[in-house]
Amino acid sequence: MTKLETSLLEILREDCRIPLEKLSVMTGASLEEVAQAVEDLEKRKIILRYSPMINWDNTDRERVEAMIEVRVTPQRDMGFDAIARRIYRFDEVKSVYLMSGSYDLLVLVEARTLKELASFVSAKLSPLETVTGTATSFVLKRYKEEGVIFDSDDADHRLVISP
Amino acid sequence: MNYDLYLNRRAASVPPSGIRRFFDLAASRKDAISLGVGEPDFKTPYLFRDAAINSLVDGETQYTANRGLIELRQEIAFYLSNRYQISYTPEEEILVTIGASEAIDLALRALVSDGDEVLVPDPSYVSYAPCVVFAGGVAVPVRTTQENQFRLKAEDLEKAVTPRTKLLILPYPNNPTGAVMRKEDLEEIAEVISRHDLLVISDEIYSELVYGENGHTAFASIPGMYERTVTINGFSKAFAMTGWRVGYACGAKEIISVMNKIHQYSIMCAPRMGQIAAAAALRIGRENNYESVQIMRESYDRRRRLMVDAFRGMGLECFEPYGAFYAFPSIRKTGLSSEEFCSRLLQEKNVAAVPGTAFGPSGEGHIRCCYAIAVDKINIAMERIADFVSSFA
Repeated sequence: MTKLETSLLEILREDCRIPLEKLSVMTGASLEEVAQAVEDLEKRKIILRYSPMINWDNTDRERVEAMIEVRVTPQRDMGFDAIARRIYRFDEVKSVYLMSGSYDLLVLVEARTLKELASFVSAKLSPLETVTGTATSFVLKRYKEEGVIFDSDDADHRLVISP
Repeated sequence: MNYDLYLNRRAASVPPSGIRRFFDLAASRKDAISLGVGEPDFKTPYLFRDAAINSLVDGETQYTANRGLIELRQEIAFYLSNRYQISYTPEEEILVTIGASEAIDLALRALVSDGDEVLVPDPSYVSYAPCVVFAGGVAVPVRTTQENQFRLKAEDLEKAVTPRTKLLILPYPNNPTGAVMRKEDLEEIAEVISRHDLLVISDEIYSELVYGENGHTAFASIPGMYERTVTINGFSKAFAMTGWRVGYACGAKEIISVMNKIHQYSIMCAPRMGQIAAAAALRIGRENNYESVQIMRESYDRRRRLMVDAFRGMGLECFEPYGAFYAFPSIRKTGLSSEEFCSRLLQEKNVAAVPGTAFGPSGEGHIRCCYAIAVDKINIAMERIADFVSSFA
Protein backbone atom coordinates (compact mmCIF):
# COMPACT_ATOMS: atom_id res chain seq x y z
CA MET A 1 0.00 0.00 0.00
CA THR A 2 1.26 3.50 -0.79
CA LYS A 3 1.59 6.29 1.76
CA LEU A 4 -1.30 8.10 0.08
CA GLU A 5 -3.52 5.02 0.34
CA THR A 6 -2.68 4.63 4.02
CA SER A 7 -3.51 8.30 4.68
CA LEU A 8 -6.79 8.03 2.78
CA LEU A 9 -7.85 4.96 4.76
CA GLU A 10 -6.95 6.72 8.02
CA ILE A 11 -9.10 9.72 7.08
CA LEU A 12 -12.03 7.78 5.61
CA ARG A 13 -12.40 5.35 8.46
CA GLU A 14 -12.98 8.34 10.73
CA ASP A 15 -15.37 10.08 8.37
CA CYS A 16 -16.22 8.73 4.94
CA ARG A 17 -18.28 11.76 3.97
CA ILE A 18 -15.22 13.94 3.37
CA PRO A 19 -15.32 14.92 -0.32
CA LEU A 20 -12.45 14.20 -2.72
CA GLU A 21 -11.49 17.89 -2.88
CA LYS A 22 -10.88 17.98 0.88
CA LEU A 23 -9.07 14.61 0.77
CA SER A 24 -6.77 16.13 -1.82
CA VAL A 25 -6.02 19.13 0.43
CA MET A 26 -5.49 17.00 3.51
CA THR A 27 -3.09 14.58 1.87
CA GLY A 28 -1.32 17.08 -0.38
CA ALA A 29 -1.98 14.87 -3.43
CA SER A 30 -3.74 16.15 -6.55
CA LEU A 31 -7.47 15.62 -7.01
CA GLU A 32 -6.79 13.15 -9.84
CA GLU A 33 -4.36 11.14 -7.74
CA VAL A 34 -6.79 10.96 -4.86
CA ALA A 35 -9.72 9.97 -7.07
CA GLN A 36 -7.59 7.27 -8.69
CA ALA A 37 -6.34 5.98 -5.32
CA VAL A 38 -9.85 5.75 -3.88
CA GLU A 39 -11.09 3.95 -6.98
CA ASP A 40 -8.19 1.51 -6.72
CA LEU A 41 -8.93 0.84 -3.06
CA GLU A 42 -12.51 0.08 -3.99
CA LYS A 43 -11.52 -2.16 -6.91
CA ARG A 44 -9.08 -4.10 -4.79
CA LYS A 45 -11.90 -4.59 -2.27
CA ILE A 46 -9.95 -2.79 0.43
CA ILE A 47 -12.78 -0.31 0.80
CA LEU A 48 -15.92 -2.41 0.74
CA ARG A 49 -18.53 0.18 1.55
CA TYR A 50 -19.10 3.59 3.11
CA SER A 51 -21.43 3.19 6.03
CA PRO A 52 -22.19 5.03 9.25
CA MET A 53 -21.53 3.52 12.63
CA ILE A 54 -24.87 3.21 14.38
CA ASN A 55 -25.53 2.87 18.07
CA TRP A 56 -28.84 1.00 17.94
CA ASP A 57 -29.12 1.14 21.71
CA ASN A 58 -30.01 4.80 21.31
CA THR A 59 -32.90 3.99 18.98
CA ASP A 60 -36.29 2.52 19.82
CA ARG A 61 -35.63 -0.51 17.64
CA GLU A 62 -36.03 -3.86 19.35
CA ARG A 63 -32.94 -5.87 18.76
CA VAL A 64 -30.93 -8.71 20.32
CA GLU A 65 -27.45 -9.75 19.47
CA ALA A 66 -25.60 -12.92 20.30
CA MET A 67 -22.20 -14.40 19.76
CA ILE A 68 -22.37 -18.09 19.00
CA GLU A 69 -19.39 -20.34 19.34
CA VAL A 70 -19.80 -23.11 16.82
CA ARG A 71 -17.93 -26.41 16.67
CA VAL A 72 -18.00 -28.10 13.29
CA THR A 73 -16.51 -31.05 11.45
CA PRO A 74 -14.32 -29.72 8.66
CA GLN A 75 -15.04 -31.18 5.25
CA ARG A 76 -12.56 -32.87 2.97
CA ASP A 77 -10.99 -30.47 0.46
CA MET A 78 -13.12 -27.59 1.70
CA GLY A 79 -11.87 -27.25 5.29
CA PHE A 80 -14.11 -24.84 7.15
CA ASP A 81 -14.98 -22.69 4.14
CA ALA A 82 -18.01 -24.63 2.95
CA ILE A 83 -19.72 -24.64 6.34
CA ALA A 84 -18.79 -21.00 6.97
CA ARG A 85 -20.50 -20.10 3.69
CA ARG A 86 -23.57 -22.08 4.61
CA ILE A 87 -23.77 -20.13 7.83
CA TYR A 88 -23.08 -16.62 6.56
CA ARG A 89 -25.86 -16.80 3.99
CA PHE A 90 -28.49 -16.49 6.71
CA ASP A 91 -29.68 -12.87 6.97
CA GLU A 92 -29.50 -12.99 10.76
CA VAL A 93 -25.75 -13.56 10.62
CA LYS A 94 -23.76 -10.33 10.76
CA SER A 95 -20.23 -11.73 10.99
CA VAL A 96 -18.49 -15.08 10.82
CA TYR A 97 -14.91 -15.70 11.87
CA LEU A 98 -12.76 -18.82 11.83
CA MET A 99 -11.10 -18.98 15.22
CA SER A 100 -8.19 -20.72 16.84
CA GLY A 101 -8.89 -22.31 20.24
CA SER A 102 -11.63 -24.44 21.70
CA TYR A 103 -14.25 -23.83 19.01
CA ASP A 104 -14.10 -23.28 15.26
CA LEU A 105 -16.41 -20.52 14.10
CA LEU A 106 -17.56 -17.41 15.89
CA VAL A 107 -20.91 -16.29 14.54
CA LEU A 108 -22.41 -12.90 15.36
CA VAL A 109 -26.14 -12.96 15.04
CA GLU A 110 -28.74 -10.23 15.22
CA ALA A 111 -32.47 -10.70 15.55
CA ARG A 112 -35.46 -8.63 16.64
CA THR A 113 -36.44 -10.78 19.59
CA LEU A 114 -35.03 -13.43 21.82
CA LYS A 115 -37.52 -15.88 20.38
CA GLU A 116 -36.36 -15.23 16.85
CA LEU A 117 -32.77 -15.72 17.88
CA ALA A 118 -33.48 -18.93 19.72
CA SER A 119 -35.30 -20.24 16.72
CA PHE A 120 -32.36 -19.36 14.49
CA VAL A 121 -30.03 -21.44 16.64
CA SER A 122 -32.33 -24.38 17.11
CA ALA A 123 -33.98 -24.49 13.71
CA LYS A 124 -31.32 -23.22 11.34
CA LEU A 125 -27.83 -23.42 12.79
CA SER A 126 -27.78 -26.56 14.91
CA PRO A 127 -29.40 -28.87 12.34
CA LEU A 128 -26.61 -28.23 9.81
CA GLU A 129 -25.03 -31.64 9.41
CA THR A 130 -21.45 -30.59 10.11
CA VAL A 131 -22.28 -28.55 13.20
CA THR A 132 -21.40 -30.60 16.25
CA GLY A 133 -22.14 -28.09 18.97
CA THR A 134 -23.02 -24.46 19.74
CA ALA A 135 -22.71 -22.13 22.73
CA THR A 136 -24.72 -18.94 22.58
CA SER A 137 -23.86 -15.79 24.56
CA PHE A 138 -26.08 -12.74 24.44
CA VAL A 139 -24.67 -9.25 24.13
CA LEU A 140 -25.87 -7.24 27.13
CA LYS A 141 -24.19 -3.94 26.42
CA ARG A 142 -21.77 -2.59 23.84
CA TYR A 143 -18.90 -0.56 25.26
CA LYS A 144 -16.54 -0.20 22.34
CA GLU A 145 -16.68 -1.27 18.74
CA GLU A 146 -14.30 -0.60 15.85
CA GLY A 147 -12.31 1.74 18.08
CA VAL A 148 -15.39 3.81 18.95
CA ILE A 149 -16.35 4.04 22.60
CA PHE A 150 -20.11 3.82 23.06
CA ASP A 151 -20.69 4.67 26.68
CA SER A 152 -18.55 7.73 27.37
CA ASP A 153 -19.34 11.38 27.02
CA ASP A 154 -16.73 12.74 24.67
CA ALA A 155 -16.92 16.28 26.04
CA ASP A 156 -13.94 18.47 25.28
CA HIS A 157 -12.36 19.26 28.62
CA ARG A 158 -9.87 21.75 27.22
CA LEU A 159 -9.88 25.42 28.11
CA VAL A 160 -11.80 27.30 25.43
CA ILE A 161 -8.91 29.72 25.03
CA SER A 162 -5.42 29.06 26.29
CA PRO A 163 -2.11 30.67 25.50
CA MET B 1 -6.85 49.50 52.33
CA ASN B 2 -4.62 50.69 49.60
CA TYR B 3 -2.98 47.46 48.53
CA ASP B 4 -0.93 49.25 45.90
CA LEU B 5 1.36 50.27 48.73
CA TYR B 6 1.95 46.63 49.60
CA LEU B 7 2.12 44.87 46.27
CA ASN B 8 5.49 44.14 44.77
CA ARG B 9 6.04 46.91 42.26
CA ARG B 10 7.66 44.73 39.67
CA ALA B 11 4.93 42.08 39.74
CA ALA B 12 2.16 44.67 39.82
CA SER B 13 3.67 46.51 36.84
CA VAL B 14 3.09 43.58 34.49
CA PRO B 15 -0.23 44.09 32.67
CA PRO B 16 -2.83 41.29 32.94
CA SER B 17 -2.69 38.65 30.23
CA GLY B 18 -4.24 39.88 26.98
CA ILE B 19 -5.75 36.49 26.50
CA ARG B 20 -7.69 36.63 29.76
CA ARG B 21 -10.33 39.11 28.62
CA PHE B 22 -10.94 37.05 25.57
CA PHE B 23 -11.16 33.89 27.59
CA ASP B 24 -14.02 35.32 29.66
CA LEU B 25 -15.80 36.44 26.52
CA ALA B 26 -15.44 33.08 24.78
CA ALA B 27 -16.21 30.99 27.87
CA SER B 28 -19.56 32.78 28.24
CA ARG B 29 -20.72 31.47 24.86
CA LYS B 30 -21.81 27.89 25.15
CA ASP B 31 -21.92 26.63 21.59
CA ALA B 32 -19.00 28.52 20.14
CA ILE B 33 -16.49 26.57 18.07
CA SER B 34 -13.17 27.39 19.64
CA LEU B 35 -10.04 27.70 17.54
CA GLY B 36 -8.50 29.29 20.61
CA VAL B 37 -7.37 26.11 22.31
CA GLY B 38 -3.66 25.68 22.90
CA GLU B 39 -3.33 21.97 23.48
CA PRO B 40 -3.73 18.65 21.67
CA ASP B 41 -7.20 17.19 21.13
CA PHE B 42 -5.79 13.73 21.81
CA LYS B 43 -5.94 12.27 25.26
CA THR B 44 -2.66 11.04 26.74
CA PRO B 45 -2.07 7.60 25.16
CA TYR B 46 -3.48 5.00 27.52
CA LEU B 47 -0.23 3.12 28.09
CA PHE B 48 1.31 6.27 29.61
CA ARG B 49 -1.74 6.82 31.79
CA ASP B 50 -1.65 3.17 32.80
CA ALA B 51 1.92 3.55 34.07
CA ALA B 52 0.78 6.37 36.35
CA ILE B 53 -2.28 4.41 37.49
CA ASN B 54 -0.10 1.43 38.41
CA SER B 55 2.28 3.66 40.34
CA LEU B 56 -0.63 4.97 42.40
CA VAL B 57 -1.91 1.46 43.02
CA ASP B 58 1.59 0.54 44.18
CA GLY B 59 1.67 3.53 46.51
CA GLU B 60 4.43 5.50 44.78
CA THR B 61 3.31 8.80 46.22
CA GLN B 62 6.48 10.30 47.69
CA TYR B 63 8.70 13.23 46.74
CA THR B 64 11.27 12.51 44.07
CA ALA B 65 14.80 13.87 43.81
CA ASN B 66 14.70 17.65 43.25
CA ARG B 67 16.04 17.19 39.76
CA GLY B 68 13.44 14.51 38.98
CA LEU B 69 13.42 10.71 38.90
CA ILE B 70 16.76 9.49 37.60
CA GLU B 71 14.98 6.98 35.30
CA LEU B 72 13.15 9.88 33.69
CA ARG B 73 16.33 11.94 33.33
CA GLN B 74 18.04 8.97 31.72
CA GLU B 75 15.18 8.58 29.27
CA ILE B 76 15.32 12.31 28.48
CA ALA B 77 19.06 12.07 27.85
CA PHE B 78 18.54 9.16 25.48
CA TYR B 79 15.65 10.88 23.74
CA LEU B 80 17.50 14.14 23.09
CA SER B 81 20.60 12.37 21.86
CA ASN B 82 18.60 9.98 19.70
CA ARG B 83 16.20 12.55 18.22
CA TYR B 84 18.26 15.75 18.09
CA GLN B 85 21.89 14.72 18.50
CA ILE B 86 22.46 16.70 21.68
CA SER B 87 23.81 14.92 24.72
CA TYR B 88 23.33 15.84 28.37
CA THR B 89 24.34 13.88 31.43
CA PRO B 90 21.28 12.80 33.43
CA GLU B 91 22.97 13.48 36.78
CA GLU B 92 24.06 17.08 36.31
CA GLU B 93 22.73 18.61 33.13
CA ILE B 94 19.00 17.80 33.21
CA LEU B 95 16.33 19.24 35.49
CA VAL B 96 12.73 18.01 35.45
CA THR B 97 10.26 20.86 35.98
CA ILE B 98 6.54 21.53 36.29
CA GLY B 99 5.94 21.92 32.59
CA ALA B 100 8.25 23.79 30.25
CA SER B 101 6.73 26.95 31.80
CA GLU B 102 8.59 26.46 35.06
CA ALA B 103 11.78 25.71 33.13
CA ILE B 104 11.48 29.06 31.33
CA ASP B 105 10.93 30.92 34.59
CA LEU B 106 13.84 29.13 36.30
CA ALA B 107 16.23 29.73 33.43
CA LEU B 108 15.41 33.44 33.47
CA ARG B 109 15.69 33.70 37.24
CA ALA B 110 19.01 31.85 37.17
CA LEU B 111 20.50 34.00 34.41
CA VAL B 112 18.98 37.47 34.49
CA SER B 113 20.27 40.16 36.82
CA ASP B 114 18.66 43.56 37.37
CA GLY B 115 18.61 45.59 34.19
CA ASP B 116 19.78 42.81 31.87
CA GLU B 117 18.14 42.88 28.50
CA VAL B 118 16.52 39.73 27.14
CA LEU B 119 15.64 39.57 23.45
CA VAL B 120 12.23 38.03 22.72
CA PRO B 121 10.99 37.44 19.17
CA ASP B 122 7.61 39.07 18.70
CA PRO B 123 4.98 37.67 18.46
CA SER B 124 5.68 34.84 20.90
CA TYR B 125 4.19 32.80 23.70
CA VAL B 126 2.71 35.09 26.34
CA SER B 127 4.85 34.23 29.35
CA TYR B 128 8.37 35.15 28.21
CA ALA B 129 8.23 38.91 28.63
CA PRO B 130 6.45 38.83 32.05
CA CYS B 131 8.91 36.22 33.36
CA VAL B 132 11.80 38.43 32.22
CA VAL B 133 10.30 41.29 34.20
CA PHE B 134 9.71 39.10 37.27
CA ALA B 135 13.40 38.15 37.08
CA GLY B 136 14.36 41.83 37.09
CA GLY B 137 15.29 42.07 33.44
CA VAL B 138 14.03 44.09 30.53
CA ALA B 139 12.28 42.25 27.72
CA VAL B 140 13.22 43.64 24.32
CA PRO B 141 10.89 42.51 21.53
CA VAL B 142 12.45 41.65 18.18
CA ARG B 143 9.88 42.02 15.45
CA THR B 144 9.25 39.10 13.11
CA THR B 145 7.05 39.41 10.04
CA GLN B 146 4.96 37.39 7.66
CA GLU B 147 7.27 38.42 4.79
CA ASN B 148 10.02 36.44 6.54
CA GLN B 149 7.64 33.61 7.48
CA PHE B 150 7.89 34.88 11.07
CA ARG B 151 11.44 33.58 11.30
CA LEU B 152 13.88 35.50 13.45
CA LYS B 153 16.33 37.20 11.07
CA ALA B 154 19.96 37.58 12.09
CA GLU B 155 20.02 41.24 10.99
CA ASP B 156 16.99 42.09 13.14
CA LEU B 157 18.58 40.34 16.07
CA GLU B 158 21.85 42.20 15.48
CA LYS B 159 20.04 45.56 15.53
CA ALA B 160 18.40 44.79 18.86
CA VAL B 161 21.63 43.91 20.67
CA THR B 162 22.96 46.51 23.12
CA PRO B 163 25.78 46.35 25.68
CA ARG B 164 23.15 45.32 28.25
CA THR B 165 21.87 42.35 26.25
CA LYS B 166 22.46 39.06 28.02
CA LEU B 167 20.36 36.49 26.31
CA LEU B 168 17.93 35.55 23.60
CA ILE B 169 14.77 33.48 23.97
CA LEU B 170 14.42 31.33 20.88
CA PRO B 171 10.89 29.90 20.71
CA TYR B 172 10.72 27.69 17.61
CA PRO B 173 8.57 26.00 16.39
CA ASN B 174 6.64 29.08 17.37
CA ASN B 175 3.38 29.64 19.18
CA PRO B 176 1.37 31.59 17.87
CA THR B 177 2.74 31.77 14.32
CA GLY B 178 3.60 28.14 13.57
CA ALA B 179 6.95 29.35 12.19
CA VAL B 180 9.99 27.08 12.24
CA MET B 181 13.68 27.95 11.95
CA ARG B 182 15.65 25.96 9.38
CA LYS B 183 19.19 24.83 10.15
CA GLU B 184 20.65 27.64 8.02
CA ASP B 185 18.53 30.23 9.86
CA LEU B 186 19.83 28.94 13.18
CA GLU B 187 23.43 29.08 11.93
CA GLU B 188 23.00 32.76 11.10
CA ILE B 189 21.55 33.41 14.55
CA ALA B 190 24.46 31.48 16.10
CA GLU B 191 26.96 33.87 14.52
CA VAL B 192 25.31 36.86 16.17
CA ILE B 193 25.15 35.01 19.50
CA SER B 194 28.87 34.20 19.38
CA ARG B 195 29.91 37.65 18.22
CA HIS B 196 28.10 39.36 21.11
CA ASP B 197 28.85 36.64 23.65
CA LEU B 198 25.16 35.96 24.45
CA LEU B 199 23.29 33.00 25.90
CA VAL B 200 20.14 31.41 24.49
CA ILE B 201 17.07 29.89 26.10
CA SER B 202 15.73 27.64 23.36
CA ASP B 203 12.12 26.69 24.02
CA GLU B 204 11.60 23.64 21.83
CA ILE B 205 8.32 22.39 23.32
CA TYR B 206 6.85 21.94 19.80
CA SER B 207 9.95 20.15 18.42
CA GLU B 208 8.01 17.01 17.51
CA LEU B 209 5.31 18.92 15.67
CA VAL B 210 7.18 19.90 12.53
CA TYR B 211 5.68 19.16 9.11
CA GLY B 212 7.14 18.92 5.62
CA GLU B 213 10.49 17.61 4.46
CA ASN B 214 12.79 18.77 7.23
CA GLY B 215 12.53 17.83 10.87
CA HIS B 216 13.41 19.98 13.85
CA THR B 217 16.98 21.14 14.47
CA ALA B 218 17.90 21.71 18.11
CA PHE B 219 19.72 25.00 18.58
CA ALA B 220 22.25 23.34 20.89
CA SER B 221 23.29 21.08 17.98
CA ILE B 222 24.60 24.07 16.00
CA PRO B 223 28.40 24.18 16.33
CA GLY B 224 29.50 26.42 19.20
CA MET B 225 25.98 26.77 20.64
CA TYR B 226 25.86 23.78 22.98
CA GLU B 227 27.56 25.58 25.88
CA ARG B 228 25.55 28.77 25.26
CA THR B 229 22.11 27.14 25.25
CA VAL B 230 19.57 26.11 27.83
CA THR B 231 17.35 23.66 25.95
CA ILE B 232 13.77 23.52 27.18
CA ASN B 233 11.27 20.88 26.21
CA GLY B 234 8.48 18.84 27.75
CA PHE B 235 5.70 16.34 27.28
CA SER B 236 2.61 18.52 26.87
CA LYS B 237 2.46 18.94 23.11
CA ALA B 238 4.19 15.95 21.52
CA PHE B 239 2.83 13.36 23.93
CA ALA B 240 -0.54 15.04 24.58
CA MET B 241 0.22 15.43 28.30
CA THR B 242 -0.64 19.06 29.09
CA GLY B 243 -2.41 18.43 32.39
CA TRP B 244 0.43 16.33 33.80
CA ARG B 245 2.70 19.37 33.93
CA VAL B 246 6.05 17.81 33.17
CA GLY B 247 8.83 19.57 31.32
CA TYR B 248 12.58 19.83 31.55
CA ALA B 249 15.60 22.05 31.07
CA CYS B 250 19.03 20.92 29.92
CA GLY B 251 22.28 22.84 29.83
CA ALA B 252 25.63 23.47 31.43
CA LYS B 253 25.80 21.98 34.92
CA GLU B 254 26.66 25.42 36.35
CA ILE B 255 23.38 26.88 35.06
CA ILE B 256 21.25 23.80 35.81
CA SER B 257 22.58 23.72 39.36
CA VAL B 258 21.44 27.32 40.04
CA MET B 259 18.09 26.58 38.42
CA ASN B 260 17.81 23.53 40.65
CA LYS B 261 18.56 25.66 43.70
CA ILE B 262 15.55 27.91 42.97
CA HIS B 263 13.45 24.88 42.04
CA GLN B 264 14.23 23.02 45.27
CA TYR B 265 13.35 25.99 47.46
CA SER B 266 10.17 26.97 45.64
CA ILE B 267 8.83 23.71 44.19
CA MET B 268 10.73 20.77 45.69
CA CYS B 269 10.05 18.48 42.73
CA ALA B 270 7.63 17.87 39.89
CA PRO B 271 4.80 15.48 40.88
CA ARG B 272 5.96 11.85 40.91
CA MET B 273 2.88 10.57 39.12
CA GLY B 274 3.48 12.86 36.15
CA GLN B 275 7.14 11.96 36.03
CA ILE B 276 6.26 8.26 35.92
CA ALA B 277 3.86 8.80 33.03
CA ALA B 278 6.49 10.89 31.24
CA ALA B 279 9.15 8.22 31.71
CA ALA B 280 6.71 5.66 30.31
CA ALA B 281 6.07 7.91 27.29
CA LEU B 282 9.78 8.02 26.47
CA ARG B 283 10.44 4.36 27.25
CA ILE B 284 7.54 3.16 25.12
CA GLY B 285 8.55 5.66 22.44
CA ARG B 286 12.08 4.31 22.43
CA GLU B 287 10.70 0.81 21.91
CA ASN B 288 8.20 1.59 19.14
CA ASN B 289 9.97 4.50 17.44
CA TYR B 290 7.59 7.11 18.96
CA GLU B 291 4.62 5.64 17.17
CA SER B 292 1.98 7.62 19.06
CA VAL B 293 3.79 10.90 18.37
CA GLN B 294 3.92 10.05 14.69
CA ILE B 295 0.23 9.18 14.51
CA MET B 296 -0.70 12.47 16.17
CA ARG B 297 1.67 14.48 13.97
CA GLU B 298 0.22 13.00 10.79
CA SER B 299 -3.27 13.77 12.00
CA TYR B 300 -2.35 17.40 12.79
CA ASP B 301 -0.67 17.72 9.41
CA ARG B 302 -3.84 16.75 7.53
CA ARG B 303 -5.87 19.28 9.50
CA ARG B 304 -3.16 21.91 9.05
CA ARG B 305 -3.43 21.60 5.27
CA LEU B 306 -7.20 21.78 5.48
CA MET B 307 -7.20 24.96 7.55
CA VAL B 308 -4.48 26.78 5.61
CA ASP B 309 -6.17 25.91 2.33
CA ALA B 310 -9.50 27.22 3.65
CA PHE B 311 -7.98 30.56 4.71
CA ARG B 312 -6.31 31.00 1.34
CA GLY B 313 -9.56 30.00 -0.34
CA MET B 314 -11.35 32.90 1.35
CA GLY B 315 -8.68 35.28 0.12
CA LEU B 316 -6.76 35.71 3.37
CA GLU B 317 -2.99 35.61 3.22
CA CYS B 318 -1.79 32.68 5.25
CA PHE B 319 1.86 31.72 5.25
CA GLU B 320 2.68 28.01 5.49
CA PRO B 321 3.03 27.18 9.21
CA TYR B 322 5.45 24.26 9.33
CA GLY B 323 5.35 23.80 13.10
CA ALA B 324 3.17 23.56 16.24
CA PHE B 325 -0.60 23.34 15.63
CA TYR B 326 -1.56 26.89 14.75
CA ALA B 327 -2.31 28.81 11.58
CA PHE B 328 -1.70 32.57 11.74
CA PRO B 329 -3.56 34.14 8.82
CA SER B 330 -3.54 37.83 8.06
CA ILE B 331 -6.91 39.51 8.44
CA ARG B 332 -5.68 42.93 7.28
CA LYS B 333 -7.83 42.99 4.17
CA THR B 334 -10.95 43.21 6.33
CA GLY B 335 -9.71 46.55 7.67
CA LEU B 336 -10.34 45.36 11.22
CA SER B 337 -7.80 45.16 14.00
CA SER B 338 -7.05 41.69 15.37
CA GLU B 339 -9.08 42.44 18.51
CA GLU B 340 -12.07 43.77 16.59
CA PHE B 341 -11.97 40.85 14.18
CA CYS B 342 -11.97 38.26 16.96
CA SER B 343 -14.63 40.00 19.06
CA ARG B 344 -16.98 40.38 16.12
CA LEU B 345 -16.28 36.87 14.81
CA LEU B 346 -17.26 35.50 18.19
CA GLN B 347 -20.37 37.65 18.50
CA GLU B 348 -21.58 37.30 14.93
CA LYS B 349 -20.45 33.79 13.97
CA ASN B 350 -19.82 32.03 17.28
CA VAL B 351 -16.25 31.14 16.39
CA ALA B 352 -13.46 31.93 18.86
CA ALA B 353 -9.95 32.72 17.64
CA VAL B 354 -7.17 34.53 19.48
CA PRO B 355 -6.10 38.01 18.36
CA GLY B 356 -2.45 38.04 17.24
CA THR B 357 -1.82 41.02 19.50
CA ALA B 358 -2.25 38.78 22.58
CA PHE B 359 1.23 37.55 21.68
CA GLY B 360 2.85 40.92 21.13
CA PRO B 361 2.34 44.04 19.01
CA SER B 362 3.83 42.37 15.89
CA GLY B 363 0.84 40.04 15.95
CA GLU B 364 -1.44 42.92 14.83
CA GLY B 365 -3.28 42.07 11.64
CA HIS B 366 -3.26 38.34 12.40
CA ILE B 367 -5.34 35.83 14.33
CA ARG B 368 -4.19 32.56 15.86
CA CYS B 369 -6.29 29.55 14.94
CA CYS B 370 -5.56 26.12 16.39
CA TYR B 371 -6.20 23.16 14.11
CA ALA B 372 -6.10 20.57 16.91
CA ILE B 373 -9.88 20.21 16.65
CA ALA B 374 -12.12 17.74 14.81
CA VAL B 375 -12.19 17.96 11.01
CA ASP B 376 -15.92 18.61 10.83
CA LYS B 377 -15.54 21.48 13.29
CA ILE B 378 -12.70 22.96 11.27
CA ASN B 379 -14.91 22.82 8.19
CA ILE B 380 -17.83 24.53 9.91
CA ALA B 381 -15.59 27.17 11.49
CA MET B 382 -13.94 27.91 8.16
CA GLU B 383 -17.31 28.30 6.45
CA ARG B 384 -18.39 30.76 9.12
CA ILE B 385 -15.16 32.73 8.92
CA ALA B 386 -15.41 32.83 5.11
CA ASP B 387 -18.91 34.17 5.48
CA PHE B 388 -17.73 36.79 7.96
CA VAL B 389 -14.76 37.84 5.83
CA SER B 390 -16.85 38.12 2.68
CA SER B 391 -18.98 40.80 4.33
CA PHE B 392 -15.94 43.09 4.10
CA ALA B 393 -15.25 42.53 0.42
